[in-house]
Amino acid sequence: MAEVIHPEDVLEQIEVGDLLRRALELKKAGFRFSQAHAVYVAKESKYELSYSFSDYSTYQLHSLRVVIDLDTVVPSITEIIPAAVFYENEMKELFGVKIEMISTDLDNKLYRIAVEAPFGPKKEEA
Amino acid sequence: MGKRSVIPYGPQHPVLPEPVHIDLVVEDERVIEAIPSIGFIHRGLESLVEKRDFNQMTYVAERTCGICSFQHGMGYCEAVEHIMGVEVPDRAKFLRTLWAETSRMHSHLLWLGLLADGFGFENLFYQCWRVREKVLDIQEMTAGGRLIFSVNKIGGVLKDIPQDQLNFILKTMDEVEAELAVIKDTFFEDYSVKARLKGVGVLTAEQINALGAVGPFARASGVNVDMRKLGYAAYPHIDFEPITSTDGDCYARCYVRMMEVFQSIDIIRQVIAKMPAETDLAVAVKGNPNGEYFMRVEQPRGEAFYYVKGNGTPNLERMRIRTPTFANVPGLCEMLKNTELADIGLLILTIDPCISCTER
Repeated sequence: MAEVIHPEDVLEQIEVGDLLRRALELKKAGFRFSQAHAVYVAKESKYELSYSFSDYSTYQLHSLRVVIDLDTVVPSITEIIPAAVFYENEMKELFGVKIEMISTDLDNKLYRIAVEAPFGPKKEEA
Repeated sequence: MGKRSVIPYGPQHPVLPEPVHIDLVVEDERVIEAIPSIGFIHRGLESLVEKRDFNQMTYVAERTCGICSFQHGMGYCEAVEHIMGVEVPDRAKFLRTLWAETSRMHSHLLWLGLLADGFGFENLFYQCWRVREKVLDIQEMTAGGRLIFSVNKIGGVLKDIPQDQLNFILKTMDEVEAELAVIKDTFFEDYSVKARLKGVGVLTAEQINALGAVGPFARASGVNVDMRKLGYAAYPHIDFEPITSTDGDCYARCYVRMMEVFQSIDIIRQVIAKMPAETDLAVAVKGNPNGEYFMRVEQPRGEAFYYVKGNGTPNLERMRIRTPTFANVPGLCEMLKNTELADIGLLILTIDPCISCTER
């Protein structure tokens, strides 16, 4: 039988103001950035952002969860995690999440789509 | 300082299997910076959760990619099964593992052929793809499709593999192993192959970790990580260790993928030897998913990430796939810096880019 690793994954709910601090703390603790994504929660008219970090020695996944209003401005983590650049551009372009100071802001041209924020609130909801 | 200019590379280029555009800032023949852009084939598959129920999304997930299709379906199903607390029958887990490994084999063989073509060794390219055909034949025989299988379902699999077909697979594995041994020698010993791959596009483990790169691209730089160790499907019953190299160059990436093909042959043999005799292939799944799960699967190109969020209705609130190539693009851009213009095609190939996956 092979050795199987069963890490306990962590989902940590944080305020948007704590995002940069926690991202930096996880980076310093040896976690590497895995992915980030957005969810548009239509029922509550909010965005749910997840930033996932992995510890490759234990395979533990530590995700930071930020729930924000549609017009909340989120600071970019690209200054701390350069690899987040495409993830943040994706959240901005597909969902309409307001992210400021992305290191390379592609100005909604990552996927070159004609529709504005197709995964985000529909025009009449926004 | 030499003269600086910008050379647009792609989206259509003989060495690019799929469309990606890179602006290369060059000084004479040396690349100073690489600025990528994608977006030529974005399909918006994830948004189909609004129109397709969570069972139908299995087939949507499979169509994320034409190469690692099976594993996308499997990763998505495992995520939903975790949310719904479904325990898949053991035989289904072993069958998933078998198809996952044939997928890895044909994907790596496809890449090895493309790499050989990239450095101008056409005969080696033909040999790799000739061997790959045998793996595709197995997939067609067992699943009915050469690339898109549609055998996954929430709760198990739709098709069994009878014993006579398992015997045929074992026989084919022996043939593939023998033929690959010859191809492997050419890849690892030939002077011209070494001259094109050794010491080119080196990334250290520190750079790989900082840039979030995954899969064989990361393992070739000594980052010992393989999501199969998380024990999904039947991997807890399989003996294997991730294949790594510490050189971090194109040759190391070639070495890791080549050796992973041999490792897949070994895993397939173990799967067949340990295949449970039970007849159940799936369990009935009742209700709708309500909750969320982060699932990680080791695709041929590396760690793929599936986030599924259900809200108790047949339509999911979110299905997100982060493909390995999406994670490897920052590493690619770093690797392209300070390299010769003539090596760019080869360097792009060595991350095994899958742009259709990436754009979803």
